[in-house]
Amino acid sequence: MKAAFVRALVEAAETNDRIVLLTGDLGFHAIEPFVDRFPERFFNMGVAEQNMLGVAAGLADSGYIPYCYSIAPFASLRPYEFFRNGAVVHNLPVRVVAMGGGFEYGTLGISHYALEDIAVMRAQPRVTVVVPADHAQAYAAVAATIDHPGPMYFRLAKDDVSLLSELDGRFRLGSSDRIGEGNAVTFVATGPVAAEAISACDLLRSQGLECSVVVVSTLNPSPTQDLVTAVRDARLIVSVEEHYPAGGLGSLVCEVVAESALSIPVIRCAVSTMPADLSGSQRSMRGLYGLNADQLAARALSAFDRAPAVPR
Amino acid sequence: MTGSSVTNRGMRRTILRQAKRAKVGHIGSALSALDLVAAIYAEMRDETGPDRDRFILSNGHAALALYAVLHAIGRITDADLDTFACDESFLGVHPQHSLDAVDFTTGSLGHGLSIGAGAALGARLSGSARRVFAVLSDAECNEGSVWEAAMFAAQRGLSNLVVVIDLNGQQALGYTRDVLNVPSMAERWRAFGWEAHDVDGHDGQAMREAIVRLDMSSEHPPHVLVAHTTFGCGVSFMENQIPWHYLSMSDDHFAAAMAELAEPA
Repeated sequence: MKAAFVRALVEAAETNDRIVLLTGDLGFHAIEPFVDRFPERFFNMGVAEQNMLGVAAGLADSGYIPYCYSIAPFASLRPYEFFRNGAVVHNLPVRVVAMGGGFEYGTLGISHYALEDIAVMRAQPRVTVVVPADHAQAYAAVAATIDHPGPMYFRLAKDDVSLLSELDGRFRLGSSDRIGEGNAVTFVATGPVAAEAISACDLLRSQGLECSVVVVSTLNPSPTQDLVTAVRDARLIVSVEEHYPAGGLGSLVCEVVAESALSIPVIRCAVSTMPADLSGSQRSMRGLYGLNADQLAARALSAFDRAPAVPR
Repeated sequence: MTGSSVTNRGMRRTILRQAKRAKVGHIGSALSALDLVAAIYAEMRDETGPDRDRFILSNGHAALALYAVLHAIGRITDADLDTFACDESFLGVHPQHSLDAVDFTTGSLGHGLSIGAGAALGARLSGSARRVFAVLSDAECNEGSVWEAAMFAAQRGLSNLVVVIDLNGQQALGYTRDVLNVPSMAERWRAFGWEAHDVDGHDGQAMREAIVRLDMSSEHPPHVLVAHTTFGCGVSFMENQIPWHYLSMSDDHFAAAMAELAEPA
């Protein structure tokens, strides 16, 4: 999504001279196409993320659309209050571009993991939170929201190769996408780990369970109507995210299910404890928390066997 | 600083009346910042157009100084002023951008200079002659983010950015020399690449002359005026007294303070 993000931004900036790119001294082998094409609209802010978000608010107040790039925790948690008191309070079109959600910076360890960013960003009423599942969706999401009037948070991933073919690069702000028709188990997933949910869905289907996957790419405001439509006939809902259980996608699903009075059990597959002591590859870390496809399938199957036969 | 040398007495009385009515503190900070805020506003250009100069009260707790100035120049009415610290008010204890005359909501220390640097950069990018004035308190310079912004503004040569430090030597719980000492404030800013001048923050004429002299052409560093001030300036029993960061006035306090700030015969 690194390349997809920059490609979408460069294309938009050709005709929109309000677009500026700020970075907290990160983006090697990613942001160069923008830097080379629009050097006067590129600002390396140095390793100073608070100032980056503060300056972005001042620039946005002057009519610009600043994209603020850094690794996810440094883009979200370090300057959070600057974002909140700046772009959010003043409702300005500042975009936080957070690279590497969840465990993507695997061996770099806990400092580089983003496991609560969706929760804190979703807590702000005005912040549009976008989490693409693959690079095609990331490209579409950036391109579709250039003129979005308020602040935005993009949780992106490095991967510019993998594609969810069923998604076909679709992105509609405020909506979700359903893949498959089965209602025995409905997975609800966000971000690249949605690929694991799709594989888990295939595994269960091969065992005779008709399942589907809802890919949620806008987490705030909540895509409530789409979600209700997608899950209301499910026997079991399994949420899947590379994020702590509190405040992320699983929380969102539970809120929607409860507030829509749906009597459907929800299993939240998430990062259930703090990975403060161990680091490793993204695949390894997902495995520790049961987020790989076979683990998701096994957990869904076990829960399905215990789920009431007739919902509602 | 008490006695006949105290200026802006009418605005000082406004601060006292509003603080008394609302039963709030931060009086000493407002009296410290009042004269420098008034001097900046006297030099601001184009108060309402899109290219208007921007003003940021980064030490937002001195908002009563800003409101007193805005009231004196007719930007807020008597009726608006009397909503200060009331329920459902645009005039909070810290400035809110919902008030027409306020561009940026502040209140969390260390934030305003970054926004100001962004506004100054935006003016540069779009060829606007806009200038940006940001008032910071000396204790606010405890915040590391101030220095992030200072480095950035110097790196980008934002000479259209003017910082005024309200150097009263106090913070909420003590004197700055006892909490986090910042000796030679001007030297510190110079070390960060700024052009720095010391000025008497209660001498309106000196403040205005200092602003007029600033070279705002590109290729010049950003500017800081280190305004030496007295906390609680104009009310003898508040001056340099730590508790008046938070205290609100009794009836006796109020009467004594107003008497000190009556117009000289």
